[in-house]
Amino acid sequence: MKKNQSQIFYIALILFGIVAPWFFYPIFLMKILCFALFAAAFNLLLGYTGLLSFGHAAFLGGAGYICGYIIRDMGASPEVGLLGGTLFAALLGYLMGSLAIRRQGIYFAMITLALAQMLYFVFLQAKFTGGEDGMQGIPRGVFLGVLDLQNDINMYFVVYAFFLISIILIARVTSSPFGKILFAIKENEPRAISLGYDVDRFKLLAFILSGALAGLAGSLQALMMGFETLSDAHWSMSGLVILMALVGGVGTLIGPIIGAIVITVLEHKVGDIGNWVFLVTNIEWFRTLGESVTIVTGLIFVICVMAFRKGIVGEFLDKLKNRHN
Amino acid sequence: MEIFGLPLSAVLSQLLLGLVNGSFYAVLSLGLAVIFGLLNVVNFAHGAMFMMGAVFTWMGLTFFGIGYWPMLILAPILVAIVGILIERFLLKYLYQLDHLYGLLLTFGLTLILEGIFRSFFGVSGMSYSVPDALAGAVDVGFMFLPIYRAWVVFISLVVCFGTWYVIEKTKLGAYLRAGTENPKLIQAFGINFPLMVTLTYGFGVALAAFSGVLASPIIQVSPLMGSNLIITIFAIVVIGGMGSIMGSILTGLGLGLIEALTKVLYPEASSTVVFLVMALVLLVRPAGLFGREK
Amino acid sequence: MKLKKIVTALALLSITATSFAADNKPIKIGFITDGASLYSDIDGIGGKEAMEMAIADFGGSVLGRKVEVLYADHQNKADIAAGKAREWIDQEGVNVIFGGTNSGTALATSKVTSEKKRLYINNGAGTSALTNEQCSPYTIHYTYDTIALANVTGRAMVEKGNKNWFFITADYAFGEQLQKDATKVVVDNGGKVLGSVKHPLNASDFSSFLLQAQNSKAQVLGMANAGGDTINSVKAANEFGINKSMKLAGLLVFITDVHSIGIKNAAGLLATEAWYWDLNDETRAFAGRFIQKMKRMPTSVHAGDYSSMLTYLKAVKAAGTDNPDQVLAEMRKMKINDLFTKGGYIRKDGTMIHDMYLFEVKKAEEVTKPWDYYRVVKKLPGEQAFNTLAESKCPLVK
Repeated sequence: MKKNQSQIFYIALILFGIVAPWFFYPIFLMKILCFALFAAAFNLLLGYTGLLSFGHAAFLGGAGYICGYIIRDMGASPEVGLLGGTLFAALLGYLMGSLAIRRQGIYFAMITLALAQMLYFVFLQAKFTGGEDGMQGIPRGVFLGVLDLQNDINMYFVVYAFFLISIILIARVTSSPFGKILFAIKENEPRAISLGYDVDRFKLLAFILSGALAGLAGSLQALMMGFETLSDAHWSMSGLVILMALVGGVGTLIGPIIGAIVITVLEHKVGDIGNWVFLVTNIEWFRTLGESVTIVTGLIFVICVMAFRKGIVGEFLDKLKNRHN
Repeated sequence: MEIFGLPLSAVLSQLLLGLVNGSFYAVLSLGLAVIFGLLNVVNFAHGAMFMMGAVFTWMGLTFFGIGYWPMLILAPILVAIVGILIERFLLKYLYQLDHLYGLLLTFGLTLILEGIFRSFFGVSGMSYSVPDALAGAVDVGFMFLPIYRAWVVFISLVVCFGTWYVIEKTKLGAYLRAGTENPKLIQAFGINFPLMVTLTYGFGVALAAFSGVLASPIIQVSPLMGSNLIITIFAIVVIGGMGSIMGSILTGLGLGLIEALTKVLYPEASSTVVFLVMALVLLVRPAGLFGREK
Repeated sequence: MKLKKIVTALALLSITATSFAADNKPIKIGFITDGASLYSDIDGIGGKEAMEMAIADFGGSVLGRKVEVLYADHQNKADIAAGKAREWIDQEGVNVIFGGTNSGTALATSKVTSEKKRLYINNGAGTSALTNEQCSPYTIHYTYDTIALANVTGRAMVEKGNKNWFFITADYAFGEQLQKDATKVVVDNGGKVLGSVKHPLNASDFSSFLLQAQNSKAQVLGMANAGGDTINSVKAANEFGINKSMKLAGLLVFITDVHSIGIKNAAGLLATEAWYWDLNDETRAFAGRFIQKMKRMPTSVHAGDYSSMLTYLKAVKAAGTDNPDQVLAEMRKMKINDLFTKGGYIRKDGTMIHDMYLFEVKKAEEVTKPWDYYRVVKKLPGEQAFNTLAESKCPLVK
């Protein structure tokens, strides 16, 4: 009974995604999709393998820059750019992963941070990224020679398609034997080792896959927005994706997606709510409530850590389970 | 005389500035190391505590006319109170859990604190004048060294080594160190360990705030001044060895000097060199230069 | 499960409903600037105030439609500026965006508006690239640009005998362009650039950069930065005694910077601006109104915001529509005569040609009333201050 219910739910969600661009601002929707993919990719490492990466922004921003460079400066078509960005991220995942996996826990996180910072520095200095000014004017082009991406609706469906494919891929991986081993590593690494598994190889593969998909998200975003800036490679972006996964629920597939939606909508709308309250009350301080995006984000973080460690989806599923018992 | 193709005066002046920066790093990473070593908490909010120390100092002067010298004592106390409240009501519930949660909680607190101050003060930075007693500069030959910066180095070293002495050489320090190994046993001796933990957290963040007071006349006082520094401080503590007090002090000073040399040779890389060092150290000596693997 | 889906859908729907509920009748004008960071005093929310004053002076509405200014703070991030511009154009039906400080954001926004064929009027960003390499038929650069700064301040200093320069430069579009334009002026007038160092935007501590400048033994410290960065550079230069061995050249200085630096340390600085509050009765009247609301004197950027808004509204009235192409055609025909400037006009490359002033900051004893900081040294006609069409790198005028 429950399986049918969740299947209906997922189908409804997918249908909603198909009609959404005619009701909502497509750019905003695509932003959500990119962040949702980013968070889901990140969670492959945290929720399923138990590895906390503090440098995932390197994949988002890095792939975005490479994709942008391939399309803008090398004149390639969008699908080549997307492929290039994703491959770059996969390679980066291999390099970063190989170094970071040698250590555990907090030290693993710190190495990922260090490597991401060094990459950030490279992006800051390199000519092709435009440094502080960012990489501007990335043309959308024509996808596979047939679909003109200048049209926001077309662009949306390309992003949506890649998003769906990636999520399905993650779902397949996590329920496959490979995924089960990753989970075993998360639960009890020494036992997994004693069972004869080469845990380092599995961790590295997970890292590469996670990085590649995060890179795909970054490339899609760069293509969609038409520019790429340092914000996407900054360590605060790494923090943001941790937040999304945490808020949504790290133990589930859909959790990070929900988390991304919640956080993105919040960031977008708090400023508007603040302005509205200011107009009504004429209290100057509310105008700066746009700043309170950070405050609200921080509050959510704190509340999640203290009380809702399983995140929105995790706690929700728990409630359901309790109700059934 | 030339070093690295540059006049000696250029190198020396940068090194001296590096020593000043290193003093800040030392005091800040000391606080972080104390908190991690004794509480096992990765205190991401350390940067925000630093910032509050500076902002309270500025507020003290602007709104209440309280000058620099009283604020040197008052600001750390105020921030310590904030820290104690955080520990009592939030942090203490997370000790049994993975390190991760302490890190995430303090990260969230950082966002809240910075957001609150940002909404009041913006991010453009407010200036704070050097106190009259320390104004002026001294001609040391290769540069004019502002007296205030010499003061910063002096007082930072005093505080650092004072703290180290208390923790490593006194009975109080011995209790703290024993308590982290075996809290139950310490309590059996009649020592109120939870209280010690709370006070230690308060002390650790007070150190950060103290550093903030010192920084006010040098760096623009801004709600974001902590987040610019925090990951560098983390890197320093990791390099030094996460529980090692002396490790953080020496690494902090050392990094100030390394950054200064980098500024001479390849200025753009000066804020990134710490991460290069950290990555190298972690790969070679996983527990840090002076640390012990826990 | 189902309930959750319904709730989510309702939530998302209600959020968009509020955006769609926006009335189509008023003319919406976008304004994006640095609202809270190092350039916030130069333009910031004061710019919105100045624009609203212009709207009020014009009558509050044009072609029977009320005029509404939408405001956003780009936080000096190009992606925020460009994203907001695109969203306003797509969602709010905005036909003109006014840009404020920060050259990186100006270039990014200009790209978006050109692509969407909407008007972009900038007051406050310096980069001359807006009207040269990256010019657009839809972009107007109004208050000043880096070429004018270099031509006026730069040349004045070199002509006084200050030939050897060392630049400290803000590491982004504006700083680099200003350094480039200033270097050209220095070299063309027989000077030499001994070196330069880049500092991050909104740097907290300038000491190490200034020491490098001092070690170069140059005569002049060229500060290719602005706002908070210039203020801190000057303060640090004084702290380390560098002002004793080098002359400080503030390549972009506003009256709010002088106010923050303090007259003691700022005395003698040269400033090139298009406008000053104490020039005549008209400017003083504007300043009086402005300082009531903002508690601070208006800068030339604020005056530019006022004037460009007024000019825009006049053009809309003359064109009978707010269609960007037709409004632009009218704007290019106009002679701009208001409290900001007399005899100004918009050139084919988008530069608004107008007189520029060279000011010198008074000594403390010469200040007779609050904000009485400047003494007029020279007034240059626009044709001399800005580059000529022949020198322009704009593809539209080739």
